[in-house]
Amino acid sequence: MTRILAWAALIGGCLFFLLPLVGMTEFSLKMRRGVYSFDAYVKVFEDPAFWATFGYSLTLAAATIVFGVLLVVPTAYWVRLKLPQARPIIEFITLLPLVIPAIVIVFGYIRLYNTSSILPLTGSAFGTDILLTMGYATLALPYMYRAVDTGLRTIDVATLTEAAQSLGAGWFTILARIILPNVLVAVLSGAFLTLAIVIGEFTMAALLNRPAFGPFMQLLGANRAYEPPALAVIAFAITWACMGLIQLVTRFSKHERAKV
Amino acid sequence: MTEIPMGRRPRRRLPVEWLGILPFVAFAMLFLILPTMKIVIGAFQSPEGGFTLQNLIDLNTDSIRNAYWTSIKLSLITALLGCAVGFAMASAVVFGGLPKRVRSPLLTFSGVASNFAGVPLAFAFIATLGPAGLVTLWLKTEFGINLRAMGFNLLSFWGLVVTYLFFQIPLMILIIIPALDGLKREWREAAEVLGATGRQYWQMVALPILFPSLLGTFALLFANAFGAVATAFALTGPQLNIVPIKLFAQIRGDVLGNPNLGYALAFGMIVITGLANVTYIVLRTRSERWLK
Repeated sequence: MTRILAWAALIGGCLFFLLPLVGMTEFSLKMRRGVYSFDAYVKVFEDPAFWATFGYSLTLAAATIVFGVLLVVPTAYWVRLKLPQARPIIEFITLLPLVIPAIVIVFGYIRLYNTSSILPLTGSAFGTDILLTMGYATLALPYMYRAVDTGLRTIDVATLTEAAQSLGAGWFTILARIILPNVLVAVLSGAFLTLAIVIGEFTMAALLNRPAFGPFMQLLGANRAYEPPALAVIAFAITWACMGLIQLVTRFSKHERAKV
Repeated sequence: MTEIPMGRRPRRRLPVEWLGILPFVAFAMLFLILPTMKIVIGAFQSPEGGFTLQNLIDLNTDSIRNAYWTSIKLSLITALLGCAVGFAMASAVVFGGLPKRVRSPLLTFSGVASNFAGVPLAFAFIATLGPAGLVTLWLKTEFGINLRAMGFNLLSFWGLVVTYLFFQIPLMILIIIPALDGLKREWREAAEVLGATGRQYWQMVALPILFPSLLGTFALLFANAFGAVATAFALTGPQLNIVPIKLFAQIRGDVLGNPNLGYALAFGMIVITGLANVTYIVLRTRSERWLK
C-alpha cells in the first residue's frame, strides 16, 4: 500500500517536471510548418546578439568565479585557522544574500554608485561591469562560502599550515600550493554553481543596463515565438551540464581518496 | 620567558588577526551592507533629506497594498504546495520502499530544476501551458477540454503559481531529504514496540521532530518566491501587480513618481523576506539539535 502511494507520488511529481521540458523541446522544433526541424536553433545560433550576450555573460561568470575564489578561500581559511570566534558573523553575512532580494541589492547599487557619488561606478561601461561582477559575487556568496568551508572541514588546516611554515612557506605559497589544491573539488563545485547562477541572470543585468544573456532571452521572448523555447532548451542544457560537472568532480575526488 | 606580562599578549595580537578578514569585510560592506543601508535609510527620508515616516505611510494605496497582498499570497501558496508535494516525493523515496536507484537521479534533477528558474523557465511553461502550448493543445484536441474557457490563464496568478512550483518543489526535496534521513530507525522501532500505529508514529514522533525543518524550509521557499523577478517578468511582462515587478518598473522609470516611495517599497520587501528568513534560521538551529 505504501509502495503504491510512493510510486504515485514519485510518478506524479516527475510528470509535472517532465511536461514543461517536453513542451519546450517540442515547441522549439515546430518552427517549420508541419514537420519537426532545428530551424529555431539555427536562427538562434545565427543571431550575432546571441553570441555577443552569451560571451558577455560567460566572461562575467569567469570574472565572478575568479573574484569569488580569491575572496572566499583566504577568508574561510583564515577564519578556520585563526579566527573561529568570527565564524558566526561571517556565516551570517554570507547568508544575507538569501535574505535580501537581488532586486533590492541592485537598487542599492544604482543609488549608491551613481554618477554623482564618490565612487561613480555606473558612470562607465567598465565600471558597471565591475559593479555587476560584484553583484554576482554577492549572489553566489552563500553557495561559494559553504562549499569552500565544507571542503576545509575535511582537511587539517592547522597541521598543514604548520608543516608548510616549518618548511619556509609564506602565506601566499600556503594558500596557493597547499590549501587551494586540497579544497579544489569544493572550489570547482562552487564555481560551476556560480556559472549556473550567473549565465541566465536577468534582474541585475537588466537594471544595470548591461548586454547580458538574461535580458537578451527576455527581449527575444517578448518578440518571437519559436526561438524562446529553443533558448530554454539551451539554458536547461547549460544548467544540467553545470550540475553534472559538480557531480563529476565530487565523484572523481572520492575515487582519488579511496586509492590513497 | 616568564617575565612576559600575561595580560598583554591577547590585546596586541587580536587586531592583527582580524586584519585577515579585512578584504571580506570590505567587500561585504561595499556591495551588500551599505547598498542595503542606503535603501533602508532612504525609506525614512523625505526628498529634502530629513527624517520622515511619510514614505511608509504613502505605501498605503490600493495599488501597492494589492501588490504586497498578491506577492504574499503567491509566496505562501507556492511555498505551501512546494512543501507538500516535495515532502510527498521525498518521503516516497526515503520510506516508500522504492528501488535505491531512484534516489540519486532525483537529487541530481532537483539540483538542476531548483536552479532552472528565471527567463527560460517562463519560456518552458509558455511552450507547455500557454495558449499554443503542448498540453493546452493536447487537452483540446484529445479531450475537448479548453483550459482557457475553464478560466486557466498561464499569464495570471495561478499560472505563476504552477510555474514557481517548478523550482519550489525541487528546493524542498533537496533540503528535506537529509532531514528525513536523520530520522533514526530506532525511533520508529521503539514506537512500534510500544504499540504505536504508523499514523501515531508520524503524528507523535516523526512530525514533531521534523516540524522545525518543515516550517524552516517553508520560510525559505516563501522568501525564494517573494524576491523572484525574472520568471514573473518574462511570463507576464510588466503588467502583473506583484511587488518585485512593481519595484523593477519603479527602478527603471520611477512609475510611482516619487524616488523615496521606491525605497519604501524595497524596504517593505526586506522586512518581509527578513522575517521569513529569521524564522528559518531560528528554527533550523532548533531542528539541528535533533538531527545529529
